[in-house]
Amino acid sequence: MENKVSRRDFLRLSAVGLGASVLSGCSNGLLGDDLFRTKFQEMSPNQVKEVLKRLEEKYSGKYGTQFSVTATPAKENVLFGYGLDLSRCIGCRRCVHACVKENNPSRETQIQWIRDLRMKKGVLDLEKAEHYYSPEQVPEEGHYYIPVQCQQCENPPCVKVCPVKATWKEPDGIVVVDYDWCIGCRTCMAACPYRARKFNWKEPVIPKDEINPQTHYLGNRPRMRGVVEKCTFCIQRTREGRYPACVEACPVGARKFGNLLDPKSEIRYVIENFRVFRLKEELNTEPKFYYFFSMGA
Amino acid sequence: MRRQFNTNPIFMVTLFLVGLVPVLDVRAGSGQDLSLSPAGVLSSPLFPCSTCHAGMEPNLQKRALSFHPEIKIQGHGEPRRWCLDCHDAGNRDSLRLLNADTVNFNESYLLCAQCHGNIFRAWKAGIHGKRTGMWDGPKRYVLCTSCHNPHSPRFKPLKPEAAPLRPEETLRR
Ligand code: HEC
Ligand code: HEC
Ligand code: HEC
Ligand code: HEC
Repeated sequence: MENKVSRRDFLRLSAVGLGASVLSGCSNGLLGDDLFRTKFQEMSPNQVKEVLKRLEEKYSGKYGTQFSVTATPAKENVLFGYGLDLSRCIGCRRCVHACVKENNPSRETQIQWIRDLRMKKGVLDLEKAEHYYSPEQVPEEGHYYIPVQCQQCENPPCVKVCPVKATWKEPDGIVVVDYDWCIGCRTCMAACPYRARKFNWKEPVIPKDEINPQTHYLGNRPRMRGVVEKCTFCIQRTREGRYPACVEACPVGARKFGNLLDPKSEIRYVIENFRVFRLKEELNTEPKFYYFFSMGA
Repeated sequence: MRRQFNTNPIFMVTLFLVGLVPVLDVRAGSGQDLSLSPAGVLSSPLFPCSTCHAGMEPNLQKRALSFHPEIKIQGHGEPRRWCLDCHDAGNRDSLRLLNADTVNFNESYLLCAQCHGNIFRAWKAGIHGKRTGMWDGPKRYVLCTSCHNPHSPRFKPLKPEAAPLRPEETLRR
């Protein structure tokens, strides 16, 4: 049991006026190194190395398996984009569960970064969607499906509202969260028009045999209670050149991913050959997540 | 569509074993390494087909079969379609193109491409169907036949994976 109050907890608790009651329960931890840690973005390469090593040890011990925590930076001339073919998606949720397996969200509170929305044909209003559907088979007559996850906005409202700058847009366009800097105020969640951000109300629980030890500092490393998380385009995979887990899991091949700056990429093919649209375009969030219909359009 | 690479059986078998079948002619973009998922039929108990068929006189007659009863052509151009439109009568381990060229099962996309040209082009570009591996490196194509049974090609419905818990259910945890 962790008896230390980190800077994160401290700021969060004092923010809601609970500081005093919790502070009385601890004494020595408060001035531990967590409180005065440097922000990830301002760390020197050596500090990063040190932090990654410490985290690897911590997680390896906790989960009984050798962890790798990387901080592979964005490649130059890469801007990630995603395409989703709604004429193919059958709402089977293979993506939802592949994402859980890859990204280490809490199983107990069941955090999921992808929501598969079921819509009645002819209806466009996302608020009328259902995501608890559970028929014997999909697709179902008269319905279509829209998976929604972080849209990796070029103009992300979540980033703008963060009071401590714990969330930002990386040079390759991925919006990330530094869990060690997040104070859990959830302002970003309220600002996100796509409901893409999830909050850890409780200490996350992941069975040891379900943990994925291949992690990125800004992605799927284990989180803690009181922080916000969301899809990172599988930063731990895509920064190494691999496809995101949801792309590979999709049985109908509806998910396309690649570099928007590379004219030969799949995503550029999608944008140049189909009519694409983005969710809630009128909000000017400029998502880099494009929906399209490869047929029947 | 011409094949441009060595189809020497030993060479191909070796490649099957390591799971890497080169497809020089479906090159989609920049000089990337591309490979194919292996054809399902290669792990069928019936394969190699020649174990039986090599000793059988090919019968070109369209008829009800006493063997392979599970194979029904459905939604694929029946009643005109017949087995030997796709399977090679002389060598049952191969498929047969309209121009009488033969291709092996790992190249079945060349068979499909004859009648589904647009889809084939989209597949090559990684749009129809899918590729796995690296977005900026070697990719592996999933064959048409991994998703479509060539005899009844409509994509089969799936059982969806578990729905998320409703908020009230999560809170009870
Ligand atoms: C165990 C023996 C056996 C194996 C192995 C076998 N077949 Fe056959 N196959 C038969 C027999 C017997 C018939 C003829 C049935 C009839 O005439 O009613 C037949 C008929 C066919 C036909 C119908 C056209 C024709 O020549 O009569 C096709 C096409 C065919 N087989 C394809 C295959 C393929 C492809 C494989 C390998 C994946 C395969 N078979 C493996 C026994 C076999
Ligand atoms: C549209 C082309 C096409 C037609 C028509 C067709 N086949 Fe096939 N068949 C294929 C292809 C391609 C494969 C290999 C599929 C794979 O790789 O999994 C195959 C596989 C098979 C197999 C092996 C199945 C297994 O995995 O055990 C048999 C047996 C077979 N065909 C028999 C037949 C018979 C009999 C007919 C006629 C009734 C027929 N086929 C008609 C394209 C066709
Ligand atoms: C000789 C031409 C021909 C070849 C070769 C051929 N197809 Fe077809 N395919 C057709 C035709 C014609 C239809 C429309 C059939 C119908 O509506 O009954 C069709 C329909 C389909 C459909 C749509 C089925 C549906 O119900 O939505 C799929 C999928 C398909 N083919 C896949 C394949 C694959 C995979 C191959 C290669 C293994 C292949 N085809 C090879 C002619 C061909
Ligand atoms: C990853 C799975 C996947 C692969 C690989 C794949 N398809 Fe499909 N294909 C689908 C799905 C899903 C549909 C939509 C449902 C349906 O009609 O069967 C579809 C539809 C089709 C159709 C019907 C027309 C249309 O646009 O809906 C044809 C024809 C077809 N595919 C041919 C092919 C051919 C040829 C290949 C290989 C060059 C191929 N497919 C590879 C999943 C796949």
